Amino acid sequence: MMTGKRSFRANVDAAPGRSPRQAIPFLLPALVVLAALVLYPLVFSVIRSFFDASGDEFVGVRNYVDTFTDTRTLTAFRNNVIWVVVAPAAVTGLGLVLAVLTERIRWATAFRLVLFMPMAISLFASGVIFRLVYAENPEEGVVNAAVVGVHDVFSPASQYPGARPRDGYAATEAGYASIRPAEAGDTISVPLIGYPPQDVPAQALPASPPTAGEGELRGLLWLDVSLGGRAGTVDPTERGLPGITVEAVRDGTVVGRTTTGDDGRFTFPDLGAGEVTVRLAEENFALPFRGLTWLGSTLITPVIISSWIWIMTGFAITFIAAGLSAIPRDALEAARVDGATEWQVFRRVTIPLLSPVLLVVFVTLVINVLKIFELVFVIAPGSVQGEANVLALQMWQVSFGTGGDQGAGSALAVILFLLVAPAMLFNIRRFRRERS
Amino acid sequence: MTAVADEVRIDVPVSGTPRRGVLTRLVSRLGNGCVQVVLALVAVFWLVPVVGLLLASLRDESANTASGWWTVLTKPAELTLANYADLVADKTVWQSFLNTFYIAVPATVLVVVMASLASYALAWIEFPGREAVTVVVVGLLVMPIQVALIPVAKLFGAVGLFGTIAGVVLFHVAFGLPFAIFLLRNFFTGIPRDLIEAARMDGATEWVIFQRVVLPVAKPAIASLTIFQFLWVWNDLLVALVFADQDSAPITVALRAQLRQFGTNIDMLSTGAFLSMIVPLAVFLVFQKYFVQGVLAGSTK
Repeated sequence: MMTGKRSFRANVDAAPGRSPRQAIPFLLPALVVLAALVLYPLVFSVIRSFFDASGDEFVGVRNYVDTFTDTRTLTAFRNNVIWVVVAPAAVTGLGLVLAVLTERIRWATAFRLVLFMPMAISLFASGVIFRLVYAENPEEGVVNAAVVGVHDVFSPASQYPGARPRDGYAATEAGYASIRPAEAGDTISVPLIGYPPQDVPAQALPASPPTAGEGELRGLLWLDVSLGGRAGTVDPTERGLPGITVEAVRDGTVVGRTTTGDDGRFTFPDLGAGEVTVRLAEENFALPFRGLTWLGSTLITPVIISSWIWIMTGFAITFIAAGLSAIPRDALEAARVDGATEWQVFRRVTIPLLSPVLLVVFVTLVINVLKIFELVFVIAPGSVQGEANVLALQMWQVSFGTGGDQGAGSALAVILFLLVAPAMLFNIRRFRRERS
Repeated sequence: MTAVADEVRIDVPVSGTPRRGVLTRLVSRLGNGCVQVVLALVAVFWLVPVVGLLLASLRDESANTASGWWTVLTKPAELTLANYADLVADKTVWQSFLNTFYIAVPATVLVVVMASLASYALAWIEFPGREAVTVVVVGLLVMPIQVALIPVAKLFGAVGLFGTIAGVVLFHVAFGLPFAIFLLRNFFTGIPRDLIEAARMDGATEWVIFQRVVLPVAKPAIASLTIFQFLWVWNDLLVALVFADQDSAPITVALRAQLRQFGTNIDMLSTGAFLSMIVPLAVFLVFQKYFVQGVLAGSTK
């Protein structure tokens, strides 16, 4: 800005007939705004960061010391490191691969349009989108719906989730085991509760206790509806529960396994002599798999990074594709004529020629990642925001949110500025080089 | 086989890819098929989240709590515009939607006007310190806005701009200028020197040259900047979160209050989020070319 001021006074080396004074009306509005609202605040923030919360007392570097010892802020630092290490590289790599692949299809423009679209909408809206995508309830979030769907193909959901024997059975890992032993010739009736009658399969027949059979252990499993009936007894309206796996266990080993019929009856034909424990296998009653807690404290940062990848990949593709189209076709053809495979051409010719573009994309993404705020703010539910915290969010929280400490907030702002400063120098150097 | 091989060999010089047998061509054909499938899948992955939000916004609350948005694909009868009607009838939300225009339009116009003026001086008027000013502008491109939040909040508080639309606009103008100047200056310097010199020979003032020569030529760059800046401001949350009060809040800030009960508010939130997306999506689809150029140039922001 000093140089800008000087320019208004000196008018020596101007072009003939052109006074540098004429630059003043053109430059003044923009320079005044930049000076008042960008440069002055930068200086002010640096000074303010050495004062306490109220701004009255000079505290030296205490705000910085506090910042580096506060656990919330340290989590934010850690997350920023994770972001910087993972996200820009992932997007640059993905962008490179997709940009190269789109060169081989006819609908490349349409494809890039689709992937670029997230750049147009707000980070707030993207946040809402991904909060919905990753919602925990599989009846709401599409990711958990898919996870549950795949899971249930490989291990199907149980027939009677949540159902359990009324009494006389102990819950074990393998299922509900009878407390009293039984043996061949007995009949046992097991009333089950905790399952909605309307969900009983249509083929279920009315329940009635079996008669005893010579050398056989027989039994009945039925849904004991307490409303309009007596607990523990088979009422006329009650039905047997088909398809339940029942096991007979003797000395810890399964000696018989059978399944209830449509009337809820089961039979162990040849158990041999001796007592057994009747066990209703766990697989009958397992609660359905409900997917993963994506928005919980363990997965929250990867989840937010994935949403950022969704937003930024289109940018990387478009930028890299522009670089690709500038690569001379001759170089690629020459390599192919020399017998290089497509992979070698990509690895040895395309990537080296593209590396300046890749560097610009990468640096741009790093800057973007350092300033990440909205996505974390919107996607992380309040309870896990501490776990997902990043510097830009912490700065807002400390200064305007719950904190109200503008000294500490200023220190965080200055730290953020210092982290971005190398990128500033990178930009300035690149700008100077392009001019010369 | 030989006949085929001969044919291939005849093909070779035309296609410019020698040493390719039938097999390699088959593999590459198959490979191309794979590429098509993979890219189609990627595109679907990119579309599903947005389609999900749209469909959720078109189902009422009870439908959204009972089942996922995808069930609407088999039950299109569930679709309704009721959420949008409710939202538009909600005074706060509708006012915030209008506020977003009141903020984005002036912030865009001011940036475009101030930046074109400044860029003209930086590109075509010789003055001492021109290089330094340009370098400062390039340096400011990546300036994090966090650096200015506290000081500007104090400044605005002192002059009565805190919590007003004007304050939000001014802040956006300040942080929009570096990129705007960078973009336009680059474009202006590309204008042929002869064009400017000829006008000077004819005795045109700088103002006339700017208006009659530079601006007409620079239309595409100004279009890119306008669209980029408009969407940038439209999509902002952080600046308005700090500088706007309840009456001047844009739609992102107004909806933010609903986030706390995400699960139960999904009908309202998805509708609000989609309402806030309609303008950017329309601008994007209509002016794609300019927008993409603007983003590529201004990605460093």
